[in-house]
Amino acid sequence: MCSLGLFPPPPPPGDITLYEFNNALVCGHLYEKLPLAFQSQLADLPVLSLPKETLKAHSRLEHSTKPAFIHHRESLWKRCINAWRDVGVCGVLNEVANAEEEALQWVKTGSRYALALCHWVSSLHGSLFPHLSLTSEDMIAEFSQAVDWAGCTIRAFAWHPHTSKFAVALLDDSIRVYNTNSATIPTLKHRLQRNVAAMAWKPLCASILAVACQSCVLVWHLDPTSLSTRPSSGCAQVLSYPGHSPVTSLAWAPSGELLLSASPVDTTMLVWDVSTENCVQLQWFGGGGVTYLAWSPDGSKVLAATPSAVFRVWEAQMWTCERWPTIKGRCQTGCWSPDGSRLLFTVLGESVIYSLSFSEYRGETQGQVGGSKTASIVADLSETTFETLYGEERIGGEVHSMAWDPSGERLAVIIRGNPDVPESPTVVAVFRTRNSPVFELLPCGFLRGERGAQPQLIAFHPCFKKGALLTVCWSTGKISHIPFFFVSAQLPCFSPGRSPVAAMASASVREQPLFSEL
Amino acid sequence: MSAGPGQQQALLRQVLGWRAAAAVAWSVLLLPLCTAAFVVLSGIDPFHPLRWVSNSFNDLYTSCVIFCILLMSVVILVISIFNFEFYAVVPSIPCSRLALIGKIIHPQQVIHSVVHAVMGMLVAWCAAVMTKGKFQFLAVPCTSSESLDDAVPQMCLNEYHLFFLLSGAFMGYSYSLLYLVNNMSYLPFPIIQQYKYLRFRRSLPLLVKHSCAESLYLVRNFCIAYYFFGYIPRVWISTTMDLHIDSKLHPLDTLTGLLDLSLLYHTWLCGVFLLITWYIAWLLFKIYATETHHFPVQATFAEETDQCLPKILNSNPPLIIKFLALQDLMLLSQYSPVRRQEVFSLSQPGGHPHNWTAISKECLSLLSDLTQRLIAQQEAAAANGRAKQPAGELKISPQTPGAVVTEDMSFQLQRSNVIPRAPMPSLVKSSLLPLKTSPGSDVGTPFSSPALNCKVGILDLNSPWHGSVQSPHIMRRGPKLWTSNSDLQMNGSHQESFPVLSVVRAGSEAVQPSFIYTWLQNKQEQIKNFLSKRVLIMYFFSKHPEASIQAVFSDAQMHIWALEGLSHLVAASFTEDQFGVVQTTLPTILNTLLTLQEVVDRHFKLPHVSSKPPRISGSLVDTSYKTLRFALRASLKTALYRITTVFGEHLNAVQVSTEHKKRLQQFLEYKE
Repeated sequence: MCSLGLFPPPPPPGDITLYEFNNALVCGHLYEKLPLAFQSQLADLPVLSLPKETLKAHSRLEHSTKPAFIHHRESLWKRCINAWRDVGVCGVLNEVANAEEEALQWVKTGSRYALALCHWVSSLHGSLFPHLSLTSEDMIAEFSQAVDWAGCTIRAFAWHPHTSKFAVALLDDSIRVYNTNSATIPTLKHRLQRNVAAMAWKPLCASILAVACQSCVLVWHLDPTSLSTRPSSGCAQVLSYPGHSPVTSLAWAPSGELLLSASPVDTTMLVWDVSTENCVQLQWFGGGGVTYLAWSPDGSKVLAATPSAVFRVWEAQMWTCERWPTIKGRCQTGCWSPDGSRLLFTVLGESVIYSLSFSEYRGETQGQVGGSKTASIVADLSETTFETLYGEERIGGEVHSMAWDPSGERLAVIIRGNPDVPESPTVVAVFRTRNSPVFELLPCGFLRGERGAQPQLIAFHPCFKKGALLTVCWSTGKISHIPFFFVSAQLPCFSPGRSPVAAMASASVREQPLFSEL
Repeated sequence: MSAGPGQQQALLRQVLGWRAAAAVAWSVLLLPLCTAAFVVLSGIDPFHPLRWVSNSFNDLYTSCVIFCILLMSVVILVISIFNFEFYAVVPSIPCSRLALIGKIIHPQQVIHSVVHAVMGMLVAWCAAVMTKGKFQFLAVPCTSSESLDDAVPQMCLNEYHLFFLLSGAFMGYSYSLLYLVNNMSYLPFPIIQQYKYLRFRRSLPLLVKHSCAESLYLVRNFCIAYYFFGYIPRVWISTTMDLHIDSKLHPLDTLTGLLDLSLLYHTWLCGVFLLITWYIAWLLFKIYATETHHFPVQATFAEETDQCLPKILNSNPPLIIKFLALQDLMLLSQYSPVRRQEVFSLSQPGGHPHNWTAISKECLSLLSDLTQRLIAQQEAAAANGRAKQPAGELKISPQTPGAVVTEDMSFQLQRSNVIPRAPMPSLVKSSLLPLKTSPGSDVGTPFSSPALNCKVGILDLNSPWHGSVQSPHIMRRGPKLWTSNSDLQMNGSHQESFPVLSVVRAGSEAVQPSFIYTWLQNKQEQIKNFLSKRVLIMYFFSKHPEASIQAVFSDAQMHIWALEGLSHLVAASFTEDQFGVVQTTLPTILNTLLTLQEVVDRHFKLPHVSSKPPRISGSLVDTSYKTLRFALRASLKTALYRITTVFGEHLNAVQVSTEHKKRLQQFLEYKE
């Protein structure tokens, strides 16, 4: 088991982690250059700074344009219709109960009682699943993979699975797409694109981006050769389903055919056939919703976390699932090894990383997930004090999000500091990993950004040739790329894109694990 | 090579027979549950809940309910037989209203409707008997009002019972009509594989909701119909059965009579009961029939060779078997390394990759077949709109389809000694050349019937390319093509499209235009022009452009699976193919896919073709056949990317034409 005590001390304040080379993280000031041999690798990756002030202030502070107009009292009937459209039955009851009209006294009383009953029922429901009483924005902030979703400029980040292209969702509900090979930066805006919680690029496709919004899933079809910077909203497909909002997580099948979407208020996951806008509901009651999805890179399994202390692992051929109750809290995040045989996950309220291994998938075991009996703890991230030259630093806590690089050699983890202790920061810890023949997790080091910057989101570049490339979005609005230069020992990089199919093929050739764990 | 029809029937029975039997068995097993629910709900009595519950539980064991269940089982059996006989994996889409009417009065459909009406009446009778109360008997004793003093007991007609029976017949007929109109005979294959129980459970709430809503509409329609025509059956029944009409009661074809809440409720409930039981039978059949079937790739025993996947794909089985085989191919290529290995293996004595050759050949011929069909359709569309200057509009990289064709053929005829024809073609050229020679002769083409010409033309187009593998289903598709062409023709400028379609024939035969033919032709055109100006005629004859496009892509599910199966196999071959069997066909595969990609792209640029799928409401009736073309476009692109992503730069060593090379380069750079 790996613990934070084994880590090298964090870099001195003021220094920035630049890259990993010769098995050590190199820190320094911004102007220090990379070693010459690697400069060409990163030359065209845009390092961005998107501070909050440059974004156009959004009108979200006001929920509508109402204050700009003279107040006009509509008739009760009209108000009821509006309330029905906006809020639903409860809105109508509320409107009727608070009506100032004198007539219809008994209707008012009746609706007041009905409203009370509604509140009582919803509070009962809410006591079972407390997250249901949150507003949808709070809910997204609660379940998003971004550390500070509500306050930071960058709300979601997604690398294209095959090319050097990424999308950034910003606080003002716009999405920008950066491409290393072109100077045009398309900005995507849509009437329904509000409160973006997650994004995902379609695999095996040039430019289709799925966006999880507050009310629906938008699928943008961007023309990669187009020079337009404002694609029209006609390029976006709207996938909506009643009762399925807000959407907080998305996952594309690595084979590129299906899209999964999940909402914390809906117990069903939806499997979308995006081209025809057909969807199939995958119902599994219990848990109160689905907050986070992760499709294994080989396409065989899907992790679905729920808001309560249980998560499920679906097998993606016959769509059966294994249920995993956790002890303390809900599953916050998880990531798959490249061959889909191992799942690392973390649980809210515990500062450890669990590992769950799955038996080799050979296609003949239809409808079996094949998880091992118990999950084992592979890393202990409880608070540790580091004595450095510049003073004492306390690092450790719960894990907020994780990312595993496509070669399976580096694991980046955002550790959220203890909220009660001001001097315990949110940090990114990086592990070296090895998945075969035995799973190993070794410390690599902490990443440090500019002064005052907290990590917000992390993602690995999907096809970086010289090792791994971690993109970190900082709370200051900066997006930086930190390369890890190493020679991949495990997977000879035979195919240029390191495609999922090739990964799958190698997975099937791999032998059964030699040793059972724990 | 191809198995005899007897064997194919046996295979069909073996695969589908058991499924149908299981579906019937389950729907019959579910019947008592539905019946119990019906009995409980029909006796509803909100003011005496205890009595209601105890009464309904007592009723459940009565002999009449059990008899009704037996009778209903027979009804379900009949309905299931009709489901089994009428199912279709390729939906038939009527392109105009006239075609729809033609389908409705087709004898087969008439039998369907009549039987369903009778079955509906039986169900309604069962419902009436189980409901009891005033609905139970057709004839009830009554006293005629005039002779209160003598009080002779007479038999009177119970109009409530009659109303019930007629409503049952009406609902049965409406079900049959909706079955046709909504294409409910179409078997849509699910986008993900799931266990049958889960699929059933997923659809059940939708089924109940749909039945309740539809029953409401049907009851409304029936009430309107009964209000106007209700007296006819009443008088008829009362005279033939010598029953009196109770004058004390309100006749039901009046407003007051129809506004009987209990009557409406029970009719509605009977409708719900009927629809739910029938829909369950239909749904179960659908679920069972579209379940995956595991075809072995290689036979373990000699007598199983006819059931192997390559054999079945290459023979010409019933369409459902072909669909199941392609679905199995898609699944094995995606999920099963062991079975993929069998596909890539060599035959034991001889060392030929028979499995791979057979599978890839069939997939490729399916795809190139689709390409030809689309080209033909596009030409018809282009000729339809702008026949005067088609050459400019049809700049479709003339040699590309031709090149593919030759490659394709050389692949298919590898071992035979046929010399590949010169890369002439693509029907664009062949059809345009004669046009240029005779620019003025628009009307003068010497053929009496455009239908004949068109048919000949299409079949001619097919034959040179598939000469060696002339599979009957290509032949079968010929007439369908003709319909879609004719659809386009009818749109108006018939005169102008006509020569283009007939030139194929014109090239081979040189008949002098006789005067009578020309005269007849002119007359025909005049009549057509005259008719096309009449609104009513136009209403029936006008084509819905969307429908004819849907008709072209109606069997695209096969092509989607072929694409997925082929691309997954090719992608997997990069690491798993030990003998390099896939490499030999890789150029052909790439050519076919890229050509299809071009043609599909062009198709979506045609006028009238919407580029976005219509919204599909989450209803019980599946309309996924309407969006198959979008699925095809998406999976075609994904298939190409799947191959290019895995092979990467190695594809530069594959021999393809320069144009395709450019296209491939775009795919490699993710710019497509």
